[in-house]
Amino acid sequence: MLEGLLIGLETAFSLKNLFMVVGGCIIGTFIGMLPGLGPMSIIAIMIPVAITLGDPAAALILLAGVYYGAIFGGSTSSILLNAPGVAGTVATSFDGYPMAKAGMAGKALTIAAISSFAGGTIGAILLMIFAPALSSVALFFHSAEYFALMIVGLSAIAAFAGTGQVSKAILMTLLGLMMATVGEGALYNMPRFTMGLMDLQSGFSFITLAMAIFALPEAIFLVLNPARASHSESNKIENLRITKEEAKSIAPVIGRQSVQGFFIGVLPGAGATIASFLGYAVERNIAPAHEKKDFGKGSIKGLAAPETANNAACTGSFVPLLTLGIPGSGTTAILLGALIALNVSPGPRLMTDEPQIFWAVIISMYIGNLILLILNLPLIPYIAKILTIPRTFLIPFILFFTLMGSYIGQNNATELLILVGLGVCATIMRLANYPMAPLLIGFILGQMLEDNFSRSMQLYDGINFIMERPMTMVLLFLAAFLVILPYLRLAKSKKAS
Amino acid sequence: MSFDRWIALVILSISLIYSYAAFFTMDHLLPPFMQRNPVWPSTFPKILGILSIIVSSSIILGLEKNKHKNNGTEIDYRRIFDYNLGPAIFLVIMMALYAITLRPLGFFISTITFLAVSGYVLGERKIIILFFVAASASFIIWYLVEQVLGIYLRPLPTIF
Repeated sequence: MLEGLLIGLETAFSLKNLFMVVGGCIIGTFIGMLPGLGPMSIIAIMIPVAITLGDPAAALILLAGVYYGAIFGGSTSSILLNAPGVAGTVATSFDGYPMAKAGMAGKALTIAAISSFAGGTIGAILLMIFAPALSSVALFFHSAEYFALMIVGLSAIAAFAGTGQVSKAILMTLLGLMMATVGEGALYNMPRFTMGLMDLQSGFSFITLAMAIFALPEAIFLVLNPARASHSESNKIENLRITKEEAKSIAPVIGRQSVQGFFIGVLPGAGATIASFLGYAVERNIAPAHEKKDFGKGSIKGLAAPETANNAACTGSFVPLLTLGIPGSGTTAILLGALIALNVSPGPRLMTDEPQIFWAVIISMYIGNLILLILNLPLIPYIAKILTIPRTFLIPFILFFTLMGSYIGQNNATELLILVGLGVCATIMRLANYPMAPLLIGFILGQMLEDNFSRSMQLYDGINFIMERPMTMVLLFLAAFLVILPYLRLAKSKKAS
Repeated sequence: MSFDRWIALVILSISLIYSYAAFFTMDHLLPPFMQRNPVWPSTFPKILGILSIIVSSSIILGLEKNKHKNNGTEIDYRRIFDYNLGPAIFLVIMMALYAITLRPLGFFISTITFLAVSGYVLGERKIIILFFVAASASFIIWYLVEQVLGIYLRPLPTIF
């Protein structure tokens, strides 16, 4: 482990990778600040650039930097404009925006930055502890266990879907899995569902799909609802300092939410949104009565809690990605897709086979968090100027970058037509409140799921692998339980009412 | 029938076609030696097809109740005509046209036209600034993609 850590340190501190993490954080902050553009859209747009780098460590460091920057940028727009860029920063606006309105925008941004830094850093320490441990356990997994584990991951996405959304989340996952079967699979080497079209021979492009279901609908929503992109009431950022008493008051909140947020982030399907809302709810519930009434009106604890939790959860979401190769969220699914495109297979062997990637990413998390604190905070008043870009310029450029990203990835103009078609379908589905992240997770995991399923079937000459491998059976039972869990919760609440 | 159930109906249709292809058309192409395998290329799609038929049918039948009157999205599809639908459709058409014209017209003409016309449709009336921004952004992006990333982008129409 120590050797790997040293290799990771060497890789992360190379001039090129330092440049990547600094660049990623700044780009992420800039774009993440734009209301309506979440980390998934930004990472999707940045993937062609990352893949062109050709170096998996540099690519992942760049994308991780963009991810943190986008979360930080999203918090900034939540605080200054009450316009959260992503669901994960909605809870930030509960107390951040009232603080900004009360003339404490600078203080709110400082608390957000410190909380994000602490959450991200403590999360990275926990990641260093838990990822190697999980990797060593996962080394005993065979294709049957992997198949079952992926089913658990996909089922968990449904379990964490909102009320009335479980079936939709499952359907979207299945649709993603179905889309993954289009084209020539590596295992069978025969075209499936291509309808005789040459352009579908290699299947749907992951970059095109990511752009189509995240970036393009966001841009269309910005056109449909211009109020979403209005930036007229930007608050002035003056005093960035916080007092000793304030620092003392938020310290225990940061400690608690770093740990809680991290473990929520590890769960597939949970992620930053649940972590931030749960963090906010927990801190409000345990706060003394005189502080409780301040929640929602500009409480510094109410701001620190979701900010810490969502950053710790972001770090936590890297645990299943790096150790099992299973993405727990849409964002980590995009990162997994990028890694596969760079011929890197995340999983338990990543730590031993490619320590320069595994450890460099973890170390770059520390660097990224530090950069966000020392570089972005003083620059925030200037970075916030991006909020003044008129939507008449902003939207065409978002669309253009989406198109370019897809074109660069495939160098094929037909891909752009597929992008537009899929984008329109995704927008319509989002209007009907269908979640899109499960579709991408299903699509990314589809190939691996089928490969592991087929391998297990061949090794055990049929479906017997479920009976003969107890761990597989336990995991599949867990998956079945996760699918029925929301219905059990619903039945229980009905009974109670 | 609510909008999400119409969508589920469309997905059900797709699932039925997908399942038909998996059950009745794929296995004819299978070489005889592969037919002895316990798993065929159609095995996984067959499972997916059946599952998606079941799940989409459950949404159409409304087996999972959604208590929320508001459909949960920030844009209410029931008032879709109250939003800027015209410009949104126009931009989608512009993107399709961009895809079609990128190769024959070259990167510069198609990109400058796309950016300038899209900005104009969205309400920008400072034509000179719009054109200047579109032209300079096109050149910078072309330079970055072609010279830095090394990906060929035909700058001018095919005739040149």
